[in-house]
Amino acid sequence: MLEIKNLHATVDGQAILRGIDLSVKAGEVHAIMGPNGSGKSTLSYVLTGREGYEVTDGEVLYNGQDLLEMEPEERAAEGVFLAFQYPIEIPGVANTTFLKEALNAVRKHRGEPELDAMEFMKLVRAKTKELGIAGDMLKRAVNVGFSGGEKKRNEVLQMAVLNPTLAVLDETDSGLDIDALKTVADGVNALRAPERAMLVITHYQRLLNYIVPDRVHVLAKGKILRSGGKELALELEEKGYGEFTQAA
Amino acid sequence: MSVTGEMTASGSESFAAQFRARREALPGGELAWLGRLREGAIASFAERGLPTPRSEAWKYTNLRALEKLPFAPATPEASAISVDRVPSLLPAESRHPRLVFVNGFLRADLSRVEGLPAGVAFGGLAQSLGERPELVESALSESVEDTEDGDAPLLALNAALMEDGAVLRVGAGIALEEPLELVFLGAAQASPLAYHPRLLVRLEENSQATLLESHTSLGEEATVANQVTAIDLRQGARLHHVKLQDENDRAFHLASLRASLARDATYEGFGLTLGAGLSRNEAGIRLEGSGGHCRLGGGYLLRGAQHCDNTTVIEHLAPHTSCREVFKGALDGRSRGVFQGKIVVHKDAQQTDGHQLSKALLLSEGAEIDAKPELEIYADDVKCSHGATAGEIDHDALFYLRSRGVPEARARGLLIEAFLAEAVEESVAEPLRAPLLARISEWLAAETGADGD
Repeated sequence: MLEIKNLHATVDGQAILRGIDLSVKAGEVHAIMGPNGSGKSTLSYVLTGREGYEVTDGEVLYNGQDLLEMEPEERAAEGVFLAFQYPIEIPGVANTTFLKEALNAVRKHRGEPELDAMEFMKLVRAKTKELGIAGDMLKRAVNVGFSGGEKKRNEVLQMAVLNPTLAVLDETDSGLDIDALKTVADGVNALRAPERAMLVITHYQRLLNYIVPDRVHVLAKGKILRSGGKELALELEEKGYGEFTQAA
Repeated sequence: MSVTGEMTASGSESFAAQFRARREALPGGELAWLGRLREGAIASFAERGLPTPRSEAWKYTNLRALEKLPFAPATPEASAISVDRVPSLLPAESRHPRLVFVNGFLRADLSRVEGLPAGVAFGGLAQSLGERPELVESALSESVEDTEDGDAPLLALNAALMEDGAVLRVGAGIALEEPLELVFLGAAQASPLAYHPRLLVRLEENSQATLLESHTSLGEEATVANQVTAIDLRQGARLHHVKLQDENDRAFHLASLRASLARDATYEGFGLTLGAGLSRNEAGIRLEGSGGHCRLGGGYLLRGAQHCDNTTVIEHLAPHTSCREVFKGALDGRSRGVFQGKIVVHKDAQQTDGHQLSKALLLSEGAEIDAKPELEIYADDVKCSHGATAGEIDHDALFYLRSRGVPEARARGLLIEAFLAEAVEESVAEPLRAPLLARISEWLAAETGADGD
């Protein structure tokens, strides 16, 4: 589903990604672990097309298409979803408006009929119930005044509503206490499916106790230095990233 | 050849010539006090001419284009055109009282004032001058004398040339539920027209009213509206005043408002500017009695080469008075916005609470906003703040929306709408809030072609 080949990217002229190769198949969950500053968030932004992240070499194929050629909204409509490490606050735009705009834009792109207000609310109510999200979060402005846990739950809600094919979770565990972490992980696990792939980016192994990955990759200095099964995460937890930050 | 056909001089000279040519036709010609007032006003105008950027109050707005415009005065004859549909923010089936003006002249055939309670007068100025001039004499004299500031030439010009307008008087203790509407239609046919409406509003003790004002063009020809509004709020009175200006791109819209508030009176004004090539809303509010409160809001959406100036002076003259002022706008193309907001706290106005904010979204590199907030404080126990910001659309928010599949144009539209909705929601109550928000959405849909395509 996702083929990353020799990906190089710069931010403000500084090389951050220095040749990433990664292949993710449908149904798989891959974890990307690494120390701070290794390029984890840069990878997630390059995959979703954020301004200011310049690809200098390599390619990314998503279901055989050139992902890097697409606008951010096209990528979303094609099924790529990023759960932000720091979800953005949008004053004045209600969460329901935001979700409805997004869902209908994506449905339109897929050639599906747009949902009217009633159908939409029915769908969202069902999803919030599944995820244990309080209804008032829908009425409030997007992420404004949300606690850290609420923001992350809101990301998972968006993911559940938009039903992506490839979900990239960027440090979804950061800033969460253990209860919030479990809720969020349950939400993510509920979305695991044979037709869907996930890229779970995290600094700590903790999240991977709840979202168990098929593959674990170590990203350091802009490259994937080692890959393995889920046991690699435990090894990293024990030994730390020292080995990778020192190695050339 | 008609008299108006000869009016090809422009700008200041033209106005003076128009006065000489139309003097006999002006309403209230038999009233000696009004004759003196008009003569004095035109002399005062002729001495100063149209305001120029040399005057501090007009630093950012230049009327040079008006000086070059060959326009004639509007006449009742040229305003007797057929109007198929009167535009309104309120639903078509609504039977609220309304006065409709074409080129500044009241059109009784399009207006309706039935059903108003006893103690409420709502009608045309020319009619008042003909039938009960004593009702408007003091209001006209007072507001004309009040010309100490930079807009004095326009006020004087209005005094000299005013032909019609609206008079609203609400008796003590009367609270009007339904909004009263003033619809102004600019309809110049073959060549540009100028008119000078005067609005006189007085709310007696503890009375309440909502006044809705809308300005629209019929056709594409230029009009010059030089409107003066005088508002007198007596003790405990409360006026909610909402204005929508959506005239064509060639229109000049010059509006000067003077309001005085007695003890415990409240003025809540909001103006949404979408139209006119050049518009200026100048407001002078005097909080004369303790407990007086003023909320002044504005929103503007500009594109092309539009220019919109909001200039306000709020004077606190008595203790325990408060004001809150929020102006927000989005500017595209080469448009230019001006916000000059002055809050003056006089020596005796202790415990004044004054807040002022101007926020602008610049949607293109060519757009410009000039914001000049000012506080002048002569009392020592006051709470005042002001602020002005200008910036682009929040890139992070834009990316967030796009990363969820919302196309860029629509995402921008949503963010601009949210930005302006805040100003509307803060200052405008229903039933006018929803239709104003709808007008903002319409503007954005047209601007961004935000169909998602």
